[in-house]
Amino acid sequence: MRQDHLITATQLSRDDIETVLDRARAVADDPAAYADRHAGRVLALCFFEPSTRTRMSFDSAAKRLGMNTIDMGDVDSSSVSKGESLSDTVRVIEGYADAIVLRHPSEGAATLAGERVDVPVVNAGDGAGQHPSQTLLDLHTIREDHGLDDLTIGIMGDLKYGRTVHSLAAALTEFDANQHFISPESLRLPRSVRFDLHETGAQIREHEEIEPVLDELDVLYVTRIQKERFPDENEYHRVAGEYRIDAETLDAAADDLTVMHPLPRVDEIAPDVDETDHARYFEQAHNGVPVRMALLDTLLENANPDADEGTEVDR
Amino acid sequence: MSEHELRVSKIRDGTVIDHVEGGQALNVLAILGIDGSEGFGVSVGMNVPSDRLGRKDIVKVEDRELSQSEVDVLSLIAPEATINIVRDFEVVEKNRVTRPDTVTGVLSCPNRNCITNADEPIETRFDVVADGVRCDYCATILRADIADHIDV
Repeated sequence: MRQDHLITATQLSRDDIETVLDRARAVADDPAAYADRHAGRVLALCFFEPSTRTRMSFDSAAKRLGMNTIDMGDVDSSSVSKGESLSDTVRVIEGYADAIVLRHPSEGAATLAGERVDVPVVNAGDGAGQHPSQTLLDLHTIREDHGLDDLTIGIMGDLKYGRTVHSLAAALTEFDANQHFISPESLRLPRSVRFDLHETGAQIREHEEIEPVLDELDVLYVTRIQKERFPDENEYHRVAGEYRIDAETLDAAADDLTVMHPLPRVDEIAPDVDETDHARYFEQAHNGVPVRMALLDTLLENANPDADEGTEVDR
Repeated sequence: MSEHELRVSKIRDGTVIDHVEGGQALNVLAILGIDGSEGFGVSVGMNVPSDRLGRKDIVKVEDRELSQSEVDVLSLIAPEATINIVRDFEVVEKNRVTRPDTVTGVLSCPNRNCITNADEPIETRFDVVADGVRCDYCATILRADIADHIDV
């Protein structure tokens, strides 16, 4: 992986992904070896949108690498509320930190930030655009269960606005994966994502119901259908109910089906699924820490190629 | 000289943009940033009969020669256009438009949630793809409705 920034999953090659995931496995196996690896460095957490899991997971990852974190805090109490542009904000923060993690409600915000600063920028979600670090931990979870080739994956829910879906679909094109997209017509994949998938020659199929494909799947990746996307609440309840799975639904699935979800879930996965062997979403969330440690380690290494000479970490 | 060419008189010096798809002439002027206030003589023929296109538009701009980047951008809405440079009533150069790789600062992104539509000091940038253009920031694809998003 040669890039200084991680903006979109479309920039990741198979080698890039495997480099980070191999390192994540090494981190998980021997976290102590990485404990002081980036001591003295600072990670800026810039979240222009609420986040719990992603923010805490990056915070934890940085601290486990020996880094300090700085946080711009709630947008309402930051200089952004005074009308400062994102361009200016990241330029200022560049002087405070060795890397920036950015979440922003506008698509393309991370691309803009990456053009404005020289320190590594990680896109931690830009509107309905991309969420590539989530994809790396998703792929890590899938690889641990099934490997990443000869894979059949179903991705179900809000495919139109689901940034985790857009990134995952793009990254899977680097592997031998059949992708089934299951959603209501109104929440199909956006044109730009389908364009990229077709450009790569990816094997994809789109469905409105899960039943016809459920028994073929190695992985079922469920996302939340967002209530706020529907002008009519009745329509939301009708649609959301059709894309809800429970333990009984999974009777028709393969025994080794892995069920994943980027979290938070509302009611699209019934609690009784938690007790089945299929549930992997909490482990998936936990994988965020070693994967983000590996990602930060890789990006900082790219940004400071000579800084780590002489370390005793065996990689 | 055929009848339809007589509808707009010949120019001494400047550019004749011919074989523009019918109805796109005003968008051509928008791309060139010409609104009449510059003082150039501008003649526009719209929906003129054409053997090649059925109906076409023609734009003649006096005392103004187009740059290559302007010609490239024209290709997005007038892929069949020919660009004739005229000096002293003679066509001294005749070119077809070619599609550029990127278009910067010409189109606005239709995605209201794109960072280019926020209050940022930023110029739009679109990659030219098979049958349209694609925002470099949010990846939104524009196809048939490109002319609706000209922002010059």
